[in-house]
Amino acid sequence: MALRLLKRKHSSKKDTHNKSRGILVFDNTSEVIRAENVLKSDGWDVRVMGPPPEIRNGCDMVIEFPLIEQLKILRTLHESGVTPREIVPVNSPLLKPVNLLHKKDFGKYLMIRAANMKLTVDKETLTIVNISGGGCPDVPYLAQEMVGKSLSEASEPREIGHTLCGYALQLAYEGTIRKCSL
Amino acid sequence: MFAVVGTIPNADFPLVAGNVTLKKDKICIQENRCSVNRGTPALLAAAIKAGEVLGQPTPFSFLVGDIGLGKGSRRLYKHLCTHLPKTYFKSITFHYLMPDVDWHNKVLFAIKDMPQQPILIADAGFMYAAKMSGQAPEYDLFTPDIGELAFLADEEAPHPFYTRGFILHEENKVPDLIARAYKYENAAKYVIVKGKHDYVASRHGIQATINTHIEEAMEATGGTGDTLTGIISSLVGAGFEINEAAVIAAKTNRLAGHYTKPTPATQVIEIIYHIPKALERVLHEGKEESLIETG
Repeated sequence: MALRLLKRKHSSKKDTHNKSRGILVFDNTSEVIRAENVLKSDGWDVRVMGPPPEIRNGCDMVIEFPLIEQLKILRTLHESGVTPREIVPVNSPLLKPVNLLHKKDFGKYLMIRAANMKLTVDKETLTIVNISGGGCPDVPYLAQEMVGKSLSEASEPREIGHTLCGYALQLAYEGTIRKCSL
Repeated sequence: MFAVVGTIPNADFPLVAGNVTLKKDKICIQENRCSVNRGTPALLAAAIKAGEVLGQPTPFSFLVGDIGLGKGSRRLYKHLCTHLPKTYFKSITFHYLMPDVDWHNKVLFAIKDMPQQPILIADAGFMYAAKMSGQAPEYDLFTPDIGELAFLADEEAPHPFYTRGFILHEENKVPDLIARAYKYENAAKYVIVKGKHDYVASRHGIQATINTHIEEAMEATGGTGDTLTGIISSLVGAGFEINEAAVIAAKTNRLAGHYTKPTPATQVIEIIYHIPKALERVLHEGKEESLIETG
C-alpha cells in the first residue's frame, strides 16, 4: 500500500510537465546541479535547460519546472539549502542541452563524448586515462582531480564541477559507467 | 612581446602578471608554480618550447586561480580592464576563462584603449564569450575543434552545450559549418578547426588543410588543443602572419604528437617535450619548399 502511494505521488509530480512552466534561476551552475539533484531525488520531473536570451550571460543553465508546483518545489529547495535567485515564467521554447553520447572504441580504451567533453577510460582497469575538450575553467581542475583514478574512486563531475562543461562531463561520465556496466 | 590570459586549476593561486618560465613539468611565475597537464599551463608550456626555437622571450601572462566558480576569472577581468590600456603587446591570447559576456565586453573596450591594437586570439571559454557577445569579427583567430565549430555555426547557441542537434559536427560538414559561422558573423577573421584534419579558414572558405601525421589517439589526449594555441601564439608573437602561423603550428603539433607514439592514455606534457624538434623540422621543410617554389 505504502509503495502504491509512493508511486502515485511520484507520477503526479511527473504528470505536470505539459502545463505552464517556469524556470528557477541560480547564481551559478553548481547550485543548478545541486538543485536538480535535490528535486530529482524527491521525484520531481524537472529539466535542465538553457536560459532565455534576456537572462543569458555565458555559462548558464536553469531548471524548468511546472509553475503550478512552485510553492512545493521552493519548500523542498529551501529545506535543502539551495534557494533560487529568481523564478521566471516562460512562454517561449528554451534551448535544450545536447543529450547525445558518442562512443569511440580504441581497443584497450573507450572514449565517450557528451557535447564538447570527452572522457576516456582503460576498459580493463576502468581507470580514467584522459579528459579532453571543453573551455570552462573547471575542465583542467576536473581533469586534475579525476585522471588516474578509477571510475568508482573518482569524484563525480557533478560533485566538484561548476560549469556547463562540468555538466557535460557528468553526462559523459554516466555514459561511460553505463557502457562499462558498473 | 605577446601575452596570454588564462586560469590555473587551483583556487588559491593568486592573481599574477609577469613572464612565465618552464622548469621540468611546471610553469613558474614569480614564486608560484603549477603542473602542466592541460589548460592554460599547457598552452604556456607549448608557447615557451616553441619560443626556444624561435628565439622568443618567454610569454607575459595574466593568470589567476579558478576551479570553475568564476570568481578568479572575474577578478582577472577587472584587473585587465584597469591595466590593459597602459600596456603594449603584439598579440594577446585569451584562454580558459569563465565565459561572461558583460566582462568580455568590458575587456574588449579596454583593448580599444591600448596605444596599439594587438592581434587577438581567443580559445576555450573566452572564445565562447566572444561569440555570444556578437563581437567575434573583432578577433583575428578562433581555435575551435569541430564540436566548437558547430557551436560557432549555431547562431542561437550561447555555449557548445546547447548546440542544436540539426547542426551536425562531423568532419565532412566542416566547410558548411565554417560558411554558416561566417554568415552569422560568429567567427574571427581566421579560424583553425582542430580535428583529424586541421583546417585554416577565413570568410572566403578553407585556406589550408593539414592532414599530415594523423594520430587518432590524440583526440582523447586533453590539452592538445591548448598546445596548438600556444604554438600559434608564439609564432604570431615572433612576427608570422596569422594564417601562416596556424599552418605551421598545426603541422608542428601533429608531428610532436606523432613523435610520442601516442595512445589514448598519453599525457600532453609528453607531446610538449617534442615541440622544439617538431617545430625545427616543420620550419626547415617550409624553407626547402619555398626554395623549390622560388627556384
